[in-house]
Amino acid sequence: MATAKRRLPVTRITPVLSDFLVRAALAGIGLAAAAGPLGSFVVWRRMAYFGDATAHAAILGVALSLATNLPIGVGTLAVALVMAATVSTLAAKGWAMDTTLGVLAHSALALGLVAVSFLPSVRVDLQAYLFGDILAVSRQDLVFIWGGAALVLALLVWRWQPLLTATLNEDLAHASGVNPNRERLILTLALALTVAVAIKVVGALLIAAMLIIPAAAARGVTRSPEAMAVVAVVIGIAATLGGLALSLTEDTPAGPSIVAVAAVIFALSAFVGQMRRS
Amino acid sequence: MSLISAEHICVRHGATEVLHDVTMRVEPSEIVTILGPNGSGKSTLLRALLGIVPVTHGRVERQKGLRIGYVPQRLAVDRTMPLTAARFLSLPHRVAPAEAQAALARVGVPEVMARPMAGLSGGQFQRVMLARALLSRPDILILDEPTQGLDQIGESGFYRLIADVRRDTGVAVLMVSHDLHVVMAASDRVICLNGHICCEGAPRVVSNAPEYRALFGLGTQGALALYQHAHDHDHSHDHAQGHDHGHGQAAVAGHKDHARAE
Repeated sequence: MATAKRRLPVTRITPVLSDFLVRAALAGIGLAAAAGPLGSFVVWRRMAYFGDATAHAAILGVALSLATNLPIGVGTLAVALVMAATVSTLAAKGWAMDTTLGVLAHSALALGLVAVSFLPSVRVDLQAYLFGDILAVSRQDLVFIWGGAALVLALLVWRWQPLLTATLNEDLAHASGVNPNRERLILTLALALTVAVAIKVVGALLIAAMLIIPAAAARGVTRSPEAMAVVAVVIGIAATLGGLALSLTEDTPAGPSIVAVAAVIFALSAFVGQMRRS
Repeated sequence: MSLISAEHICVRHGATEVLHDVTMRVEPSEIVTILGPNGSGKSTLLRALLGIVPVTHGRVERQKGLRIGYVPQRLAVDRTMPLTAARFLSLPHRVAPAEAQAALARVGVPEVMARPMAGLSGGQFQRVMLARALLSRPDILILDEPTQGLDQIGESGFYRLIADVRRDTGVAVLMVSHDLHVVMAASDRVICLNGHICCEGAPRVVSNAPEYRALFGLGTQGALALYQHAHDHDHSHDHAQGHDHGHGQAAVAGHKDHARAE
């Protein structure tokens, strides 16, 4: 199993952060910090499929980066941005979103997979991009992940009030001097950034899960938008640590394990929420 | 100077012209109600005045620095978003809890402060929206069918509240309604809209105008009149000349009334 091979770095322990598990945990925490608040908006605005489309397009970005020898982060970010912008534009023009996103998401994924197959196979471990490769996160990856996450967080904190207003009602936002199109653009940008960051952690297929599951789990136990975003971060971190532990003890693939733990937390939260209501 | 005005505006949605040659203005402290059947362009007119939809012809002017308190027709708070009334009042500008509580008390729902928006009744919800609009200390309130989904008691209570708020703060009000009789007492001026302005003036004048009666199927023609109106725009053309003139008069009259009341 590829995962087993990736544990090799453990043998050359040098200064702090050299341990692959610490780096993996830090990578997951960085992603959770950005995905919590952004995922809340994805849930509130019912953009789940939008996140999927952008994430799936990232595979195409991987193929393009490998073909042009650009850093993976740059390629995925660029393609994710193009995809997110395309979807936003089509949405503004009133296209049937369900179908449009279905077409775009899976076409981008298929196109990406086809494109990757043209590359010399030695260089490409496709599974790492589809399901993430969190145990092989390098220090450089960490810088990229934390830089991206910090940028997403800064954007969301800066625009928090207008973003919330525009999410509630676009006309209301407009009348209060908030331009809903600008806020949508900011979310689009944040989403593309998060996708580029997350591809190493959970992979293109599970990025949307990291956005939606922690936020949805937080909904049942919170009473304000801010609390929901913060609790989503906490749940994301718990899922990361739990998933890594599971991966370590049971030798399961790390990315899917993280999402599986998040799903269990979601089920618990839904149960607690149901108990409270009745 | 008018707070907000539209000069000969036309608005299109695709191939259909929703508004045609509409001219209107709202003066400080007056309450203007736009009446019209479904699909007559009432909401579109409000959205054009707010600058949300572009006009294809004519122009909209808002007084410089005009503060607008807007209450949209429908605001669905998604159940996925936990949002209390207090938090809602702080969007997009944060307000102190005491200020939020005072605003809720002003509109008669002090008890909902900590309650989730999704769990409020229709009447409470509308009042919270009004409280939010008032918190920006507006020069003009723009309300799009604010009593939709309320029963008659709720409806008349809401319009009484609007009249009180105007009396206390001097805010101008522009609102949309579909029932003249409910808004009659609270309106200085009524504009009858059906793609174009059919007639306008003081509520009592409008309620007797043949255009109004034709539009709402009152009088001898009964319900059929509404249908006829939609297919027979003759009256609008011979009315068009008299319209600007009538508007100017009504606006001045409304303004004077108010000055006297103060």
